[in-house]
Amino acid sequence: MKDLFLIAHIAGRTVAIASEQVGSVVDIGEVTPVPRAPRLVRGLATLRSRVVTVIDTRIALGVDGEGTAARAVIVRVDGHDYAMLVDALDDVSAFALHPLANGTALVREWRAIATGIVERDGEPVLAIDLTRLVPRAAMAA
Amino acid sequence: MDELLQEFIAETRETLEALAGEIVAWEADPTDRARLDAIFRFVHTVKGSCGFLDLPRLARLSHAAEDVLAAVRDGRRPADRMLVNAVLAVVDRIGELVEAIDAQVALDDSGEDLLIAALAEGREIVVQAPSPTGHRAATRSVRLSVDLLDRMMSGMSDMVLARNELARRVRDEHPDPALEAALERLSATVADMRETVTRTRMQKIDTLFTALPRMVRDTAASLGKSVTVTVEGADVELDREMIEVLRDPLVHIVRNSIDHGIETPAARRAAGKRENGRLTVSARQAGNQIIVEIIDDGAGIDTDRLIAKLAGAGARNDRDLRALSERQKLDLIFEPGLSAKDEVTEISGRGVGMDIVRAAIEGIGGRIELDSRRGQGLRIAIHVPLTLSIIPTIIVGVGDQRFAIPRQAIEEIVSEDAEAIRIDRVGSAALATVRDRRLPLIDLSDSMDLPRADGTRMLVIVGIGIGSYVIAVDTVHDTEELVIKPAAPAIMACGLFAGQTLPDNGCPMLMLDCSGLAADAGLTFVREAEAEDSDTVAETLGVDALLFRDIDGRLRAIPLAAVDRVETVATERIGTTGGALRLVVDDQIIPLVAGGDWTAAPAIDVVRMTDGVLEMGYAIAEALDIVTLPEDVADPVVPGLVSGVTLIDGEPVEIVDPFWLFASAGTGGAAADTRQPVCAIGRDPWLRGFVAPMLARAGYRVVEGGVGVAADAVLTLDPTASGDAIRLTDSRSDAPGCIYRYDRDAILSAVETRIAGARR
Repeated sequence: MKDLFLIAHIAGRTVAIASEQVGSVVDIGEVTPVPRAPRLVRGLATLRSRVVTVIDTRIALGVDGEGTAARAVIVRVDGHDYAMLVDALDDVSAFALHPLANGTALVREWRAIATGIVERDGEPVLAIDLTRLVPRAAMAA
Repeated sequence: MDELLQEFIAETRETLEALAGEIVAWEADPTDRARLDAIFRFVHTVKGSCGFLDLPRLARLSHAAEDVLAAVRDGRRPADRMLVNAVLAVVDRIGELVEAIDAQVALDDSGEDLLIAALAEGREIVVQAPSPTGHRAATRSVRLSVDLLDRMMSGMSDMVLARNELARRVRDEHPDPALEAALERLSATVADMRETVTRTRMQKIDTLFTALPRMVRDTAASLGKSVTVTVEGADVELDREMIEVLRDPLVHIVRNSIDHGIETPAARRAAGKRENGRLTVSARQAGNQIIVEIIDDGAGIDTDRLIAKLAGAGARNDRDLRALSERQKLDLIFEPGLSAKDEVTEISGRGVGMDIVRAAIEGIGGRIELDSRRGQGLRIAIHVPLTLSIIPTIIVGVGDQRFAIPRQAIEEIVSEDAEAIRIDRVGSAALATVRDRRLPLIDLSDSMDLPRADGTRMLVIVGIGIGSYVIAVDTVHDTEELVIKPAAPAIMACGLFAGQTLPDNGCPMLMLDCSGLAADAGLTFVREAEAEDSDTVAETLGVDALLFRDIDGRLRAIPLAAVDRVETVATERIGTTGGALRLVVDDQIIPLVAGGDWTAAPAIDVVRMTDGVLEMGYAIAEALDIVTLPEDVADPVVPGLVSGVTLIDGEPVEIVDPFWLFASAGTGGAAADTRQPVCAIGRDPWLRGFVAPMLARAGYRVVEGGVGVAADAVLTLDPTASGDAIRLTDSRSDAPGCIYRYDRDAILSAVETRIAGARR
């Protein structure tokens, strides 16, 4: 059985995001910083009259150096909209989701979001749950 | 038709439609507890609404059905087929009655007794309720889901942003006057629309409060109690959704207060309280919350009874309950299935109350606070979050970032280098001295880790309920009304922000949480709760009075009941007649009392007082406040202007006695309804000019005329006048019946004697 995935580049890696998670794909304009918020909260931006919280996925994944990404995938978690910054977006296609191969050693941040592997033109791509990158209240404390 | 009634009809109709499925399911399986509860809630709600809408037939039906359903819930009666049928017949009947009310047609009430009788054990329904009338009035309003309003609102905001972009492009790329004029028109329409759409979501809390006086009156009357309700802050605006959620809890609480809280007049008298119970319902905005308070001066919560009830019902262990702190004991009122009163009444029912109330409030992120004083009253405060509400804010800037501060929290904004402002570093902290107040100071740029801009800072003084402090900001930009929504959890967790918003410029902005900011900076305030509370109790007992500074500089107060209004009058309208001050106002002359020299100023404030018949004025220097007079008032030594002395805020205040004022001014006449003695005077200019006013001032009605005029006493200058006329002479003489015409006392006493004679 094949599902639709959005192929994107996050923190220098190619990932597959289950399409039902993706609200929309947008270009992020001006971002209002939120002082004293966790570092992965880049700030607030406007998306068609809604305020979205911009999440820097590089920092969320523990990759050093802030990204310069201006594109984002919008996901909705607990009634709040988040713009997850991505480096680049490829396309949407149908893939079969396979479990992670034994012995795939991922660091904690990646392991927390990985859901499996999809095979794209013979190249394995990590399927991720983007919503798990959204910081919960407890993380900020 | 009454708006409340419309609301009730729409709501009942809607619930009935939703209930149809439940009813069928219950009929199929009478043991289904969830269905039973749904039907029970329905009849309970109908019963509650009928109480204050004055729909006795519906009230009777729903009360009867509720009784039976309660018995089923408690397991006292089995839900057999006959019972189910009877309840369903009643529910159907309620639906018919509601339709009939809406269509304004009469519905035969025969059979209702039978319906109710059928609810009794082991009875079969013998009468089929009359078939529906077929009338269904055209609906006058549309009920919309809040979700739809949300979408409308969000579409509206989109439109504003699109308009802004269009305007920018037109300005930059195609500067054309005709295009700009069209855009201008669009802008005006959009602004109009936006206001309307915003209004559809917002409602004054007044819509909740308007029903209260009537409800309180009816509820109190049906219990043989007398309750005065005061409503304050009715113009606080709340999100429609919040208002809907608050509606039932408020009704429950108010009813509970009257039913369980406020005692019967006899019990109140015995407790040394006034017979009239007092209930105050108020709404106000405090920080990022709206607080609705319901305060009564009843008996408070009897925690011993609560514990006895809970232990008696076997729900809780008596010893455990007694070990609770007083606060925890109070919270027992929220235990499910508890009714503080022993007998079930039509008013507050059987403990469906407070647990549901709390669940509803907490459902919208609010909380409920109790403050009970045994024998003195209960204060219930409902705190609901401001999020979703439109809040007037002031936009401040630090560095190049902007934040909103709720205007309601702001006491004052001053510039750092203004007069009478001093900022001192005290150790690691900063203190601002604003005139005579010394307040802790927080620099927003420190709190936010933002660089500070150069230039003079502005000091925003904010009050957070337990104290005030100063927030130093770089700039104060603007005021704006904003829709504040909760920010993402990670942002809210900082504890510094109350929510996020999207102002007109399209850049998201955060609203500061003033309490959180203070906590973050480590400010602590000593809570003066105890002192405050004893104030409230004192307030519930006294008489309201107008506090003012008299012309002689003394602080005095007049009971508010006597005060009509305070107005400023030109001193030239004040004159002295017959040794008394008179004020010409509204085309009439009223007596005036002044306790000092009033002539210096061109105008003076006058308290207009009335006893219902007479009016009089009291000249004052300035009106200060409305205060509640404590009950312990020192008695005056002699009756006079001042009926007593009391202390208000540590200052002695003399209480002016309106009774004495009117009693002493009453001789001025105008008591036209009692028969006035009539004095007739001869036709003479001197009599008319000199004597008539004197007589009039003494309270006589003066008529002019010769013999034959019906009069109690006659004055004349004619030495030959006959009978018992009082003859006035040009010189002092001893002739009997003659009085020297400038002997004022003798004239008045002669007139008095004659009138006394005539009366006899």
